[in-house]
Amino acid sequence: MHLHRIARWQAAFAVVAISALALTAGVALGSRGSEKATTITALIGSSGPAETYAVRNAAKAWTKRTGIQANVIVASDLGQQLAQGFASGNPPDIFYLGNDQVATYAKAGDLAPLDNLKNVKSFYPSLRAAYTYQGHLYAAPKDFSTLALVVNTASWKGAHLTSKDYPKTWKQLAAVAKKLTRNGQVGLCTNPEFHRLGVFMLQAGGWLVSKDGRTATVNSKANLTAFNFVKSMINAGSMKLTNQIGAGWGGEGFGKKECAMTIEGNWIAGAMTHDYPTVPYKAVELPAGPAGKGTLQYDGGWGLAAASKNKADAMALITYLTQTKVEMGNAKAFGVMPSVKADAKEWKKLYPQFAAFLAGADYSRSIPTVPDIATVLGDFNQQLQGLPQSSPKPILSRVNGELQSILK
Amino acid sequence: MAKRYAQGPWWRLREPGIHGRQAAAGWLFLAPVIVILGLFLVLPIAAAAWVSFSDWNGNGSPLGAHAHWVGLANYRHLLTTPGLDQNNFGEALRNNLYYVLLVVPIQTAVSLFLAVLVNRRLKFVGFFRTAFYFPSVTSSVAITVLFLFLFNPSGVINKLLSYLGATGPSWLYDPRGLFHVILDQFGVHQSSSLSNGFFLGVSYWDWLAGPSIAMCVFIVMAVFTTSGTFMLLFLAGLQNIDESLNEAAALDGATEWRKFRYITVPMIRPTLFTVVTLGLIGTWQVFDQIYVGTKGSPLNTTLTPAFLSFSASFNSNEWGVGAAIAFILFAIIVFFTVATRLLTRNPDRVPRRRRFGPTQRIGNQDASRVASAAPGSAP
Repeated sequence: MHLHRIARWQAAFAVVAISALALTAGVALGSRGSEKATTITALIGSSGPAETYAVRNAAKAWTKRTGIQANVIVASDLGQQLAQGFASGNPPDIFYLGNDQVATYAKAGDLAPLDNLKNVKSFYPSLRAAYTYQGHLYAAPKDFSTLALVVNTASWKGAHLTSKDYPKTWKQLAAVAKKLTRNGQVGLCTNPEFHRLGVFMLQAGGWLVSKDGRTATVNSKANLTAFNFVKSMINAGSMKLTNQIGAGWGGEGFGKKECAMTIEGNWIAGAMTHDYPTVPYKAVELPAGPAGKGTLQYDGGWGLAAASKNKADAMALITYLTQTKVEMGNAKAFGVMPSVKADAKEWKKLYPQFAAFLAGADYSRSIPTVPDIATVLGDFNQQLQGLPQSSPKPILSRVNGELQSILK
Repeated sequence: MAKRYAQGPWWRLREPGIHGRQAAAGWLFLAPVIVILGLFLVLPIAAAAWVSFSDWNGNGSPLGAHAHWVGLANYRHLLTTPGLDQNNFGEALRNNLYYVLLVVPIQTAVSLFLAVLVNRRLKFVGFFRTAFYFPSVTSSVAITVLFLFLFNPSGVINKLLSYLGATGPSWLYDPRGLFHVILDQFGVHQSSSLSNGFFLGVSYWDWLAGPSIAMCVFIVMAVFTTSGTFMLLFLAGLQNIDESLNEAAALDGATEWRKFRYITVPMIRPTLFTVVTLGLIGTWQVFDQIYVGTKGSPLNTTLTPAFLSFSASFNSNEWGVGAAIAFILFAIIVFFTVATRLLTRNPDRVPRRRRFGPTQRIGNQDASRVASAAPGSAP
C-alpha cells in the first residue's frame, strides 16, 4: 500500500512537471510580437560608454517628445545578434549598419527601404550612394570617418622635420618615413588590411571594381603600382605592418611609439586620449599618388528591419537621430563626423586638429555595395598579412577572382 | 520465462498482472527527458540538417517560405566548386588536422604521465593533483587572453628567450608552417611540382605546411588546459588496478617500465579509448580560442571548420554553407572515433568461447582444464 502511494505521488509530480514544461515551451514559442508594438528597439554596436550614453539620451529625448518608448540595446556582437533577430522574425526595429554589410542584408530581404525618409536630402550624396543597393536606400547615414596620416609630432621634430615637410607625394612620404626610422622607431606602420592599404590603390588610380561596378579590377596595373610602392617601403625598412611589430592595430603601434606615423581614422582620437595621453600627434591629409589624392571612407548608418512591426514610428526615430542637433551632440560626445552636410562648418570649429579627416570627404570612397563583399575583403586582409614575405601580384589576382565570382 | 512480455507494438510493452501499469508510468517518467532532448537536441539537429540542404539566407524561420530545397548544392559548393569558400574550407581542414594530430597524442601522453606521477604516496600529492587540474577548470576565454599576452612578440615568452640569447618568432602573427620552417633549415624551398597541384583549393605544398607558428600557440594551450581533465580520468583508471598485480610482477623481477608497459597500459585501455575519443571530438570542434584569439589570422592559418561554420553563417549570411560545414565536421569526427575504436580494441584478447567452453580447436587436456576452471560449466 505504502509503495503504491509513493508511486502515485511520483506520477502526480511528473504530470505537474511535464505540464509546467509544456507551458513554458508554449509560452516561449508563442510569445512572438504581442506587446512589442508600442516600443521601438534600437540595437547599437557602441564604441564605448560615451557613445552609449549619447544615444540613450537622444532616444530618451525622443520618447519625451512623442510618448513612444524607445529601448536602446548595446550589442556585444552586432552581426550575430542581428542575424538571430532576422532569423527569429523578431529583429530590433532599427540598428547600426555598416556599408559593407548593407548589400548582404538587403539581398536577403532583411531591410526595409528608407527612400521616403523625411530628411533624406540632408546627407552627403556619397554617403547615400554608399547605402544604396539596386536603386533603394537601405540605411540612413549617421556618421562617417575617413583615413588620414597621423603623425607623432615629437618624433617629427626629433628628425628635424618641420610643418613644411608633411608629405604631399609618395616620394616625400618614403623620404620622411626613412628619416623617421630611428631610435628603434619605424617611420610608418599600419594594419595589414585592405581597409588601410586600400588608400594607396585609390591614389594610384586603382579600385576594387570598374566604374559600372560589374568587373573586378583588383589585379589592375594601378593597384599593382600601389602595392609595389608599399612593398618597397617595407623592404626599405621604413614601413612595417602591425603584425610585424605585434600591435593589434595602427593606433596601438603609434601610441606605443613603435612607429612615428600611421594611417588611421578619426576614431584614433579616443584611443590617444584614453590610452596614450602623453603622445603628441597631429592628423594631416594623406599624400597624393600618381593619380592624385585618395582615401577610404567608413560609414555608419541606421538600418530599419523589414520585419519591424512599427515602421512609421521607427522611421520617425531614425529621422530624429540623424538630424543636425543630435549628430552634433554625438560629435561632441565621441568625435564622429556628422553625416549631415550642414554640420561640417561647426564640426571643423569644434575639432580644428582633425580638419584633415573632413577634408578627405571630398575625395574618399566607400566600399562598393555588393552582397558578400565583406567575406572577400576578409580574405584580402588575410592575404595582405603575408605581404612582407610574398609579392603583391599573386595576392591581387587571387582576390580579383574571388571578387569577380560575387559580382556575377 | 521465454514469453516474458505480452505481444504488441513496442510502446505497449507490458507485463500482465499486477504490474500492468508500470510501462505507462515508465513512459510518463521518461517524458520530461524526451521532451527536453527532443526540443534542445533532436529538433535543432534536424533543423540544421535541413538548412544544409536549403538556400535559407537568415531571413525568417528556416522552415518557412524563405527557404527552398537545393539538394547537395551547399556541399558541392564546399567540396567541388573552386572559389573562396572552398579555399577557406580546405585551409580550415588542414589547420585543424595538424592541430588534432599534434594535440591528441601529446595531451594523452602528458596526462597519463601526470596521472602516474600523482598516483603515488607522495607528500603534498593533493596539492599537485589540484595544481595539475587547475587549468581545466579555468575558463578557456581567460586562458586565451593570458596566452595572447604571454605570446605577444614583445611578451614574456620572447623576453625569456632573449635572456637565453634566442630571438623568438612573432608567434600569433607568424603564418609560416612549422614543417616549412624546418624544411627551410635543410635548404628545401617551395617546389613548383607541389605548388601546381591543388586539393580543396589548397596546393599540395601548402597541405604539407604543418601547423603555423600561430597555431602552435593554440596547440600548447590545448595541451595545457585539457591535460588536467584527462589526468583525472587516467587517475581513476589507475586506481582501479589491483595493487597485487604490480606486486606479483615485482616478485617476478619486472622493472618499472615493464610494469607500466605490460600491466598499467593494458589495464587502462578503456580509459585510453575514452581519453583519445574525447580528445578527438574536442580538438575537431575547437572554436572559442580561435574566436577570442585570432579569428583565423594570420593568413587563415588558425581558421578551423567550427569557426568557419560560424563566420560563414553569421558574417557572410551563407547559412546553408555554414550548416554543411558542420555536418562534414560531424562525419569527420565519427570517422576518427570509429577508427580509434578499431585501433584501441584489445588485440590479444581471448575470445569468450575459447575461455569458457571446450572447443574442438583446443586439445582435450587443455579443454578439460579450462572447463573445470570456468564457473559457468559447474553442474
